[in-house]
Amino acid sequence: MHIDPNKMVTVKIDGIPVTVPSGTTIMEAAKKIGIKIPSLCHHPDLTVRAFCRVCVVEDTWSRRLKTACNNIVDECGDIFTNTEGIRRARRTILELLLANHPQDCLHCERNRKCELQTLAEEFGIRKNAFDPVYRPVPKDLSNPAMVRDMSKCIRCGRCVDACQAVQGVNAIGYAGRSTGFKITTAFEKPLSESPCVYCGQCIAACPVGALYEKDDTQKVWDALSNKDLHVVVQTAPAVRVAIGEEFGMEKGAIATGKMVAALRRLGFDKVFDTNFSADLTIVEEGNELFSRLKSGKNLPMITSCSPGWVNYVEKNYPDLLDHVSSCKSPQQMFGAVAKTYYADKMEIPREKMFVVSIMPCVAKKYEAQRPEMNSSGYQDVDVVLTTRELAKMIRLAGIQFGALPEEEFDSPLGLASGAGAIFGTSGGVMEAAVRTVYEIVTGKEPQSLDFNELRGHEGIKEASLDLDGTTVKVAVANGLSNAKILMDKVRAGEADYQFIEIMCCPGGCVGGGGQPFRTTAAIRSNRMTGLYKVDKDSKIRQSHKNPEILALYDEFLGEPNGHLAHELLHTHYTDRSH
Amino acid sequence: MPKTMSVLTARCGRIRPDSVKEYVATGGFEAFRKALAMEPMEIINEVMDAKLLGRGGASYPAGKKWKQLYEIPTFPKYIVCNADEGEPGTFKDKVLLEKDPLLVIEGMLIAGYVFDSHDGYIYIRGEYREIQRIFQAAIANAESAGFLGDNICGTDFSFRVHIVSGAGAYICGENSGLLNSIEAKTGRPRVKPPHLAEVGLFSMPTLVNNVESFAGIPVILSMGGKQFLELGSENSGGTKLICLSGNVNNRGTYEIPMHGVTLRDIIYDPELGGGIPDGKELKFFHLGGQSGPIGFPHQLDTVYSHDALKKVGLSVGSGAVVVLDESVCIIDYLKKVADFFIHESCGKCVPCREGNRQIRLILQKFSDGVATMQDFERLERLSLTMAMASSCGLGQAATTALDSCLIHAREEFIAHINGVCPVCFNSRKNGDTYAY
Repeated sequence: MHIDPNKMVTVKIDGIPVTVPSGTTIMEAAKKIGIKIPSLCHHPDLTVRAFCRVCVVEDTWSRRLKTACNNIVDECGDIFTNTEGIRRARRTILELLLANHPQDCLHCERNRKCELQTLAEEFGIRKNAFDPVYRPVPKDLSNPAMVRDMSKCIRCGRCVDACQAVQGVNAIGYAGRSTGFKITTAFEKPLSESPCVYCGQCIAACPVGALYEKDDTQKVWDALSNKDLHVVVQTAPAVRVAIGEEFGMEKGAIATGKMVAALRRLGFDKVFDTNFSADLTIVEEGNELFSRLKSGKNLPMITSCSPGWVNYVEKNYPDLLDHVSSCKSPQQMFGAVAKTYYADKMEIPREKMFVVSIMPCVAKKYEAQRPEMNSSGYQDVDVVLTTRELAKMIRLAGIQFGALPEEEFDSPLGLASGAGAIFGTSGGVMEAAVRTVYEIVTGKEPQSLDFNELRGHEGIKEASLDLDGTTVKVAVANGLSNAKILMDKVRAGEADYQFIEIMCCPGGCVGGGGQPFRTTAAIRSNRMTGLYKVDKDSKIRQSHKNPEILALYDEFLGEPNGHLAHELLHTHYTDRSH
Repeated sequence: MPKTMSVLTARCGRIRPDSVKEYVATGGFEAFRKALAMEPMEIINEVMDAKLLGRGGASYPAGKKWKQLYEIPTFPKYIVCNADEGEPGTFKDKVLLEKDPLLVIEGMLIAGYVFDSHDGYIYIRGEYREIQRIFQAAIANAESAGFLGDNICGTDFSFRVHIVSGAGAYICGENSGLLNSIEAKTGRPRVKPPHLAEVGLFSMPTLVNNVESFAGIPVILSMGGKQFLELGSENSGGTKLICLSGNVNNRGTYEIPMHGVTLRDIIYDPELGGGIPDGKELKFFHLGGQSGPIGFPHQLDTVYSHDALKKVGLSVGSGAVVVLDESVCIIDYLKKVADFFIHESCGKCVPCREGNRQIRLILQKFSDGVATMQDFERLERLSLTMAMASSCGLGQAATTALDSCLIHAREEFIAHINGVCPVCFNSRKNGDTYAY
């Protein structure tokens, strides 16, 4: 079958003619006429596996049913998507899956958000014709970030595709056959002994409750009810453009004010912004880049904000650790500053400080627990919650998110520039850095603050930036399989970049593993647009012009990259390749 | 009229299998020389005239497959011979590989010439270790004699054959699983489309045919496609190698014309099966391996040909004929079939992975005398779903035998519901437990 995407093909689906480009799948063509074909293993951002067979349809050319996810309309006669035969086949497949699935929806992490549960409800399955064959297997609780509960796995392979094709991490894969067919790490080791970087893309891909972040909400409730503690919260840039989705707002809607109001109502003593510490990161990282450019050492410099990426580089490119910026991530800079500068300023004993982060990320849970992240003398960030966990707390508290007023962040760690906001999207850290580095290098303001060549969600973006005569070559990658391409070039000495931004997740933090379920490329794009709007609407759009940052250096830190800054805001990396 | 013939097996046992000299002396490589003087499309037309249906089990028309591949303008193309012969009760490829490997090589060579391919792979099942050595010797001798390698027979055509050994998985006999296995990937079937003719071995257009199909190619070119067709029936040319086993006197591989020989001849004719041992009665027979249908005595007068068998709901499949006598309980037999598919399913698609074990559980209920009439409905629904919605041939065919029995042996199921098996009641040993 020769596929020419410029050729149009007309097929009849349920009697309705639809014209689509040659090579279009039945599922896509059906969508065009408003028919959503059910599926469990299909995900628009992942490769087609056709494992679950729920999407079967009939066509007049074939004796058997065809899966709509992979069969193309070119090879079909008239297609039918809703006959008694199809309903019976789909129902049988669902019953077969359910016979091998624990029936504990009430206790499940994904209750009401489970794609299998949703389909079972849609098909009206009240009683299973088949005998249960389900056998529990122990959960993998080996790491601080996420849980693998393979008892719930329906073997759809979405996580494997996310881990292998999207991220190139290859922590999990398929093993065994027939009833022993399963998804597992190499040699069935716990995740902590695998190449896993805790990016959580497998969680985002999972249709059921087999993969989820470690739920830390109770720790936060406990802290909030402890009157001795001063509990502050920081919210990452990408959370504000995703949290609204959990409460029915449009995909990518900016919900900063409502989010701040919700956090206040939950009882946090202060609501601060990770965008503030993103500005701090830019000042430190910009100066670090400036000195590396001057000395010519350890170039290209590579960003270090993304904890999944840091885990990846430690495990896969230990020989290149000197290239990674020594700056801590904004989350960890915030923790260190909150438990020192802020605590001292407010005369709160450091041990009474409790720092919570709301992150779009699963790997941040692991990052907060790294032993080197205690420059205040205590663990700098106490608890990390994902966007989804925050939504759970808001729901539990009965807060009607949509009805909340817009509120402002607290001071002094709540004011941020637009540059801080775009940290949440691929290319944003680079753009924020360039806005500041331009001035450090040239002493002049850039003509425009918009560096459009760094925006968008292509896997790898490259640009040559003219810093008033000095050309700086930069590259931006999102998704670890793209990072691998750049890193292999750096390792081979074939990269002539001076600065590389890498974000672990597709699209950057907007597509993080801790974001609301059912994220797709289109939704990531909406969230990106949201963040660029936050930036555009900001009064200050360069990190080093943030008056609260200037005050922090003035009152406490001294010079960027100075002694105290190094102690609190910089870190080191470890070879974890073994 | 003789019930057996020696067309494909003409040399078997009469020459030293790896000797090119003896092969050539008995007409070997003449078909290839003939091919060199023909246009590729002429050769394909001969194969189409011959109406050779694929001998691996699915009976897909070889000529159609060849034509489809020929029309794809991408190169290189690969020629792959499926010698995984994993269907239980099937051992006919073994005969050709062991006794006339050069015939298979010649078939692959002609295919290589037609598709301008330079590499052929033969995937031989791991249990045929000794045969792999014979085949390797045949390849080496053909290379020394100039029938494989560079500039074959003084032309600018070059072709090599590589042996890849299987390692015991039935699913690697599924063509796309087989290609994955050759590529050193896990032997699980691929998602289709794309079809193997477009994206096959190493992602290039690929021809995959069975051993017996390749062996038929030199025969077709030698005698002509029309002549080959006359050995068979209307829509299916050639002779067929069949494998007789089970409760039958003369077990073994036979070559029969595909017209005029009935199932009764196959089981009872002294030239073929020679009847059931110990004076027992025939109960049923399983055609084409575990994935094939089961036939019953009332179908015995059906002629063994693709057309005639299809009319009564049976099929040729791989050519296996397993004969079972009155001492075999149908439910017990079907449980063994289900066990086989539970063991061999790759597990990636739901109907096959979960369906086979549910079928096994339900059959156990019949054995235990606790099945109800609803279990019929369950079996039928499972069987239909698996056949219609499974990803590959394994899952689609796993319930073919069950389907035959649900139609023709319903009373034996019902007897089990009533707690009375005509064969095994009271004779069941303890320990017949199911552990999946």
